[in-house]
Amino acid sequence: MRYIPNTDADRKAMLAAIGRSSIEELFADIPQVVKDRFQPLGLSPKSEMEVRTEFDSLAQENEAANAISFLGGGIYDHYIPSVVQHITSRSEFYTAYTPYQPEIAQGTLTAMFEFQTLLCELTGMEVANSSMYDGGTALAEAAMMATRVGGIRKIAVSRALFAHYRRVLDSYCWASGIEITEIPTIDGHCDFSRVPSGVSSVIVQSPNAFGVIEDLAGVKEAIGDGLLIVAVNPVSLGIVAPPGQSGADIVTGEGQPFGLPASFGGPLLGLFATRKAYLRHMPGRLVGQTIDADGNIGYTMAAQTREQHIRRQKATSNICTNVQLCALAATVYLASLGGNGLRDLAVLNLEKAHYMADRLSALPGCSLKFTAPFFNEFVLSVPSDPQKIRAGLREEGILVDDPAHLETFGITGALSFAVTERRSRYDLDLVVDLVGRML
Amino acid sequence: MRTIFDYEKRSGTGGILPKLDVPECGVGKLLPKGLIRRDEPRIPNLSEPEVVRHYTALSKLNYGIDDGLYPLGSCTMKYNPKVNEDVARLPGFASVHPAVDPELAQGSLAVMYRMSRILCGITGMADVTLQPAAGAHGEITGMFLLKRYFETRGETQRTRILLPDSAHGTNPASAATAGFSVTEISSGEDGLVDLNVLSEELDETVAGVMLTVPNTLGIFEENIVRITAMVHAAGGLCYFDGANLNAFLGHARPGDMGADVFHFNLHKTMSAPHGGGGPGSGPVSVSEALIPFLPVPRVREDGEHYSLDWEQPQSIGSMHSFYGNFGVFLKAYAYILTLGDDGLYEAGENAVLNANYLQERLKKTYQLPYDRLCKHEFVLSGKGVGEGISTLDIAKRLIDYGFHPPTIYFPLIVHEALMIEPTETESKQTLDRFAEALEKIATEARENPQLLHDAPHTAPTRRLDQTRAARHPVLTYPFGE
Amino acid sequence: MGYPTQYRYTKDHEWVELDGKRAKVGVTDHAQSELGDVVFVELPTVGTAINRGDTLGTVESVKAVSDVYAPLGGVIVEVNSELEASPETVNADPHGTGWLVVLEVSDLSEVDALLDAAAYEKLVAEE
Repeated sequence: MRYIPNTDADRKAMLAAIGRSSIEELFADIPQVVKDRFQPLGLSPKSEMEVRTEFDSLAQENEAANAISFLGGGIYDHYIPSVVQHITSRSEFYTAYTPYQPEIAQGTLTAMFEFQTLLCELTGMEVANSSMYDGGTALAEAAMMATRVGGIRKIAVSRALFAHYRRVLDSYCWASGIEITEIPTIDGHCDFSRVPSGVSSVIVQSPNAFGVIEDLAGVKEAIGDGLLIVAVNPVSLGIVAPPGQSGADIVTGEGQPFGLPASFGGPLLGLFATRKAYLRHMPGRLVGQTIDADGNIGYTMAAQTREQHIRRQKATSNICTNVQLCALAATVYLASLGGNGLRDLAVLNLEKAHYMADRLSALPGCSLKFTAPFFNEFVLSVPSDPQKIRAGLREEGILVDDPAHLETFGITGALSFAVTERRSRYDLDLVVDLVGRML
Repeated sequence: MRTIFDYEKRSGTGGILPKLDVPECGVGKLLPKGLIRRDEPRIPNLSEPEVVRHYTALSKLNYGIDDGLYPLGSCTMKYNPKVNEDVARLPGFASVHPAVDPELAQGSLAVMYRMSRILCGITGMADVTLQPAAGAHGEITGMFLLKRYFETRGETQRTRILLPDSAHGTNPASAATAGFSVTEISSGEDGLVDLNVLSEELDETVAGVMLTVPNTLGIFEENIVRITAMVHAAGGLCYFDGANLNAFLGHARPGDMGADVFHFNLHKTMSAPHGGGGPGSGPVSVSEALIPFLPVPRVREDGEHYSLDWEQPQSIGSMHSFYGNFGVFLKAYAYILTLGDDGLYEAGENAVLNANYLQERLKKTYQLPYDRLCKHEFVLSGKGVGEGISTLDIAKRLIDYGFHPPTIYFPLIVHEALMIEPTETESKQTLDRFAEALEKIATEARENPQLLHDAPHTAPTRRLDQTRAARHPVLTYPFGE
Repeated sequence: MGYPTQYRYTKDHEWVELDGKRAKVGVTDHAQSELGDVVFVELPTVGTAINRGDTLGTVESVKAVSDVYAPLGGVIVEVNSELEASPETVNADPHGTGWLVVLEVSDLSEVDALLDAAAYEKLVAEE
């Protein structure tokens, strides 16, 4: 087997060196009854060529791969600059382990320090960790952190969270004994006048599940002692005011738009940033600057005493492996685009989405469901069966989200659209045309 | 080393994204003033050559498996096959949005379904969830499953998890997140679970045990069948941390040992790359009784046609935004298809032979607290190597010899621990060179200890001041300082 | 560094300096040396009531966290806030300026259970 360098001769020599006559002897410690129960998979090995063929064939069974997508909900079809994968494919980055020996991991550590900094710049927060699994678990960890800080096992959550964020939050809160109260929405945005008191955190998403940008002015002041947690789409922060400037205590998000393919939902990139005052309560790996024995600047894991390998059951989180390579992709993505490019990206998304929204809502019987400001995602009320429209678009190789998802929010007769810089004017006009003919 | 923030200021680079092709409205018209960003985030604008040189230079400061031996205990740093990387990048997989109509993602769903069946075959267990994004995430999923299981049986008095003192820190941390309290069981003189201690602790308040098999000393729990029987008799369940699966891959199955819940680390045993700290993937397989509680959605198959099933009323809900780290499944699946039964068997064989070979040689120079047959890893102690020499010193000096150090100071039950796992993808020649380096270092420890205290000498940096980093955390770039 | 004979000690390596009903508490030289460079000290708030044996705070090094146990029951009346900026004081002067808290003792008879300097030195020697 080509991944195993040792030959039969090597193995013979090694067995001799350890005074054993066969490798089987090395498995004498496994109870015979267990060995007797063993059953193989019934799989013969495949050559590399056969493996490639099989995967090519499986990939071709994904009809969605060639479609024009208007799907969103936290995962977006953004353009990934070529530089990103060239860098992340460097084996020094992807075959390295977690940087427990910092002297030989300055590549990973420096990039993570950059990532943490970039995230703070974007979100307006003071300290960010070097990633969590995804936006959903990042949000769940934020809720648990706020509960530790405030000591109250109750949180209030905007109704307008992505369904998948809410599912993960529900699971984690059930298991940790945290009670969730839902804050209703009004005209597509969170009704901040209905925030309950006596909670350790208030969780809001912006842009929210309907694409609406939440106005956070005055919210922090209104919630008393609780922490304000805001879940973001990081691309929007290219032009939208960051939650850190509106008093957010914790900002989470899904970083997939920053240089990661959709990849059927994983791996993703959980973003987590907070205030310095809460540093000791933060989950996740942190990279800090220091100096070496010669006085040169270097980077190393910092504040590890929060983490599981030291605090064990009292750790701020059980997280160990996170998604370092994805964070690297995001860092290279942002370095490639630059601050200017990120702003351009956000403007492209905003303008194109509004162009499409305007044209669609001008169709007979159609209108925007909500009047509130939005970024690159919106909900369109349609006069006829949205499932039929969706099916019709699919025939033409165009994907929009299942209206059943909106129905779980009580919104019927509507379709949601996410528009990114990858959708050309031609695509947008085509869809408007097609929808118009289907009404 | 510079960060991107240290470069000369540039103004615009551009050219990656096209110009706006729809009539411009203007941000000020589309968004109210209060929602528009007024500051300019300090994100540099570098030219493409600068970006590429910067990250290329950074990469050269790293050490990966492609550079050399990486004998980190319980991490299974085996070679990351390149064909796996290629198949994971196929656009037909990479471009698919998780919320597409499942009809349009039959290829991806097929991968998930078939991988699930294979993982069940490897463990000998009834079903599996692919959702957990890492081993620790799998642990927490397992703990949630236990919690829901006992909840439905009205056995909410079961609030304790037992685990050995050699357990990895994620184990108690995961149990605690699920609201369990943790009772540590001290290992016997032989490093294994002491059946008497276990017996004393087992009562109706115990939800279960969390065991790593083999344990973190690299020793197989020979009483494993008795242990799981004891726990079951007391009404508890058995969670197996699968970090050390490489020790018996292709030879034995945790389901046959009595495991009720078992997590994989695809980024360890199944050769998916570690990425500098992830992404990983930690699928969790379960026994029959726990199936109703698995996270949603489940992947169903009906004659080569695949769908997602959200109707699981007793499910613990979702642990991940979507279906888990699909990109990592592709790599693990490619690996398993490549190896087949024979390859899996060979991997386990060679991993165990390599470890025992190294152990036998190194015990002549270093203390071996548990001198017996090991599985895929073993633990030495750096004690007694030299006056005032710590395992940290030994580890840093190994760097000068061109090796990544083994795991240090874990498991906690061995003082000055050095946990070594060579894996099957290393040759005898590499192992000999590694042993030689450690032997030389032991000599240096006696004859020239300062060389160790000041190590590393040849790494991209000298030894880094961890104390300073911890006392005065600088966690973002110090702009303007 | 010797162990001040006027102090009392616990087997968990805390020291106590008694002054009437006030007890100043810190960790011993042995403790700080085992821990290594102290990077952070977590202290209780003034006014907290505490029983003998409860965790009153933690002392952290880069790679370890050590719980500090109350040698006597009482109420915390003072904490050494200097340690926030200079945790290294615990290493430099563990028996003096590296003190952690002062508590007002509720039951002075608990003092009898503490070790004297000689007994503590013996304990350390055996470890």
